[in-house]
Amino acid sequence: MDFLNALVALANFVLIPGITYGSQLALGALGVTLIYGILRFSNFAHGDTMAFGTMVTILVTWGFQAMGISAGPLPTALLALPFGILATMALVLLTDKAVYGFYRHQKAKPVVLVMVSLGVMFMMNGLVRFIIGPGDQRFADGERFIMKARAFKQMTGLREGLAIKTSQGITVITAIIVVAALFWFLNKTRTGKSMRAYSDNEDLALLSGINPDRVVMYTWLIVAALATIAGTLYGLDKSFKPFTYFQLLLPIFAAAIVGGLGNPLGAIAGGFVIALSEVTVTYAWKKVLNYTMPDGLEPSGLAQLMSTDYKFAVSFTILVIVLLFKPTGIFKGKAV
Amino acid sequence: MTETVKTGLLFAAAALLIVLDGTVSFGIFSGSWNSSLTILNMGLISAIMALGVNLQWGFAGLFNVGIMGFTALGGLAVVLTAMPVTEGAWSAGGFRIVGGLIFGAATIVAAVLAYTKLSAGRARSFTVLAILVVGFFVYRGIFDPGVAAVEEINPALQGNIGGLGLPVLLAWPVGGLIAAGAAWLIGKTALGLRSDYLAIATLGIAEIILAVLKNEDWLSRGVKNVVGLPRPLPYEVDLQKDADFIAGAASWGLDVTTASSLYVKTGYALMFAAVLIVLLVMAQLALKSPWGRMMRAIRDNEVAAEAMGKNVTQRHLQIFILGSAICGIAGAMMTTLDSQLTPGTYNPLRFTFLIWVMVIVGGSGNNFGAVLGGLLVWFFWIKVEPMGQLLMELVTSGMADGSALKAHLLGSAAHMRLFMMGLVLLLMLRFSPRGLIPEK
Repeated sequence: MDFLNALVALANFVLIPGITYGSQLALGALGVTLIYGILRFSNFAHGDTMAFGTMVTILVTWGFQAMGISAGPLPTALLALPFGILATMALVLLTDKAVYGFYRHQKAKPVVLVMVSLGVMFMMNGLVRFIIGPGDQRFADGERFIMKARAFKQMTGLREGLAIKTSQGITVITAIIVVAALFWFLNKTRTGKSMRAYSDNEDLALLSGINPDRVVMYTWLIVAALATIAGTLYGLDKSFKPFTYFQLLLPIFAAAIVGGLGNPLGAIAGGFVIALSEVTVTYAWKKVLNYTMPDGLEPSGLAQLMSTDYKFAVSFTILVIVLLFKPTGIFKGKAV
Repeated sequence: MTETVKTGLLFAAAALLIVLDGTVSFGIFSGSWNSSLTILNMGLISAIMALGVNLQWGFAGLFNVGIMGFTALGGLAVVLTAMPVTEGAWSAGGFRIVGGLIFGAATIVAAVLAYTKLSAGRARSFTVLAILVVGFFVYRGIFDPGVAAVEEINPALQGNIGGLGLPVLLAWPVGGLIAAGAAWLIGKTALGLRSDYLAIATLGIAEIILAVLKNEDWLSRGVKNVVGLPRPLPYEVDLQKDADFIAGAASWGLDVTTASSLYVKTGYALMFAAVLIVLLVMAQLALKSPWGRMMRAIRDNEVAAEAMGKNVTQRHLQIFILGSAICGIAGAMMTTLDSQLTPGTYNPLRFTFLIWVMVIVGGSGNNFGAVLGGLLVWFFWIKVEPMGQLLMELVTSGMADGSALKAHLLGSAAHMRLFMMGLVLLLMLRFSPRGLIPEK
């Protein structure tokens, strides 16, 4: 019984939040890794792209709520999501036309493009703050829980409860659908194949008649969709604040690099590695240990390895370890 | 127009902006010397930071986006150097904390040694892992009680170990040293990685340094802030009581309150300008020396420089440390100016990326350019807000009073700042990538 209780506590406080956060990071990291693979630079504006998409989604959600449209038990934001994606697609295509395209045609060094993405980051950040303000926004509605802790306790008779929030369920399901669709697209469609070819060897791809502008355009469209979905899911699960989204850049980059930059499969693995280790290291293990340790050996303190404020340190330490021992990441990424 | 004339004119323009802000009260200009000197002071500090970044990026092509971390370390140096010792803190737990930290460092060294000395295999992995895990728990065992003891001392005002009670000016070089030490650690691990990996690594380090400052209350009081840091200049209230000063102010035709605040601000401006000039001269000498030529040769073609027998990694480490030390000095100066350390206010957009805008706008690779960029961009960073306000008033002048959109637009004008800075950066990169004062 104790063992079951420990397992449930572990699932409730570590596994479920970790997997949810991991899915969000994985979607974010997929965007970063696609840009890196095809456009060949680290996009520092990705966090703010996510923020922009989420912002539009929130605004449309508010509009729907005012009109009385809702998705029943599901959050209204899911209905607003397509609008957010479309707006973000328009924004990134515009940015590419106005900004990145010039440097791409010049064949500028990657570091110049990174610098340019800093400028884009500033502008998007300013735009988001200008429109929606720098404060916290909550926009989740509908049913809050799929499974409530008390219901679970009554059902199983265990002392520990297991709560699953709707946002957590939606995150995982959406992530699975999106990832499946993305891999189907990359592996089965003509455009997807040309994107992979372009990523593998640009010159060869050009020689075989692949239109680079088309590849770049599709990449941006996919990235915009991924960023908006990741941002909205994160916002539903926690809350939306422009600065938090900017800060998400670090775990997202860590995930992409740990998995191997430029490798989509790696981005997903990296996302979960980073998320689960962040949650594991900053979780107070007292409860779980109380159940599993023999009597008299229970920890007196919280048994927390590090305070939650050090979660950046965790993702970063993993990043450094991977860079030192396996610079191309877990799955072989690009090393330019 | 020769380069020198152009440089002179640009600096004159920057000076003119400061003077205009002090004298003219129209549009974006405040017409108050008080505000104009405040801008100048932070502008000088920003110029020093830009100089440090220019050393790394302009000379050596290192992409460091962890400037905020080094600045914050400089700020910490002020607390550790200048604050008086908290009574009883050392005997209560200070030595225990230091012991814990030394043990922690020893654990890492032992793990690294074990990793390098033992031959690869399962035995090595287990040894390293065992050293780290056991070391971590022993470290926490030594460290935690010390922290708890120190934080219990008068938590409303102190609760940290305080400093050494040394003169505050000493904190500036100390800030440089602490930042240099951190840069050495970071450089050892992160240099030699590709340029964008280095960027991400430094971005992460800066966040970690800030997390430490925010959470280690025994060190920096965390988000409770350290206030009332000693100042190198007299306090305004003391000046206002001083008979000589009152007489002096009267002879200038100023009221005492304004005069005292102008006196202090001018004092800071002179001190900062002195530091800036010293650093600028040193940077110029370095740039023109064989060492500077070597650095630029490495930047322009690493492979060729390596083939000529230059130790690229070592040189990169060297300049990374130097540049970071300059940022540390600037950070210490800034905390001295504020006379408080507020870890909650450090924000990478303001303390890292804005400095980058300064370097790019001014002209990377040119020390004068970096300094000019620091002054100009800081001026506009402050003035974009009134500019945005004016713009918004213009835009909304046709709208009906009380409309929600008008209120929103006017209320959000402050957020134009980041947008404008991004725009300036993009325009510079596109149309004048070499900056206002390009590298020769």
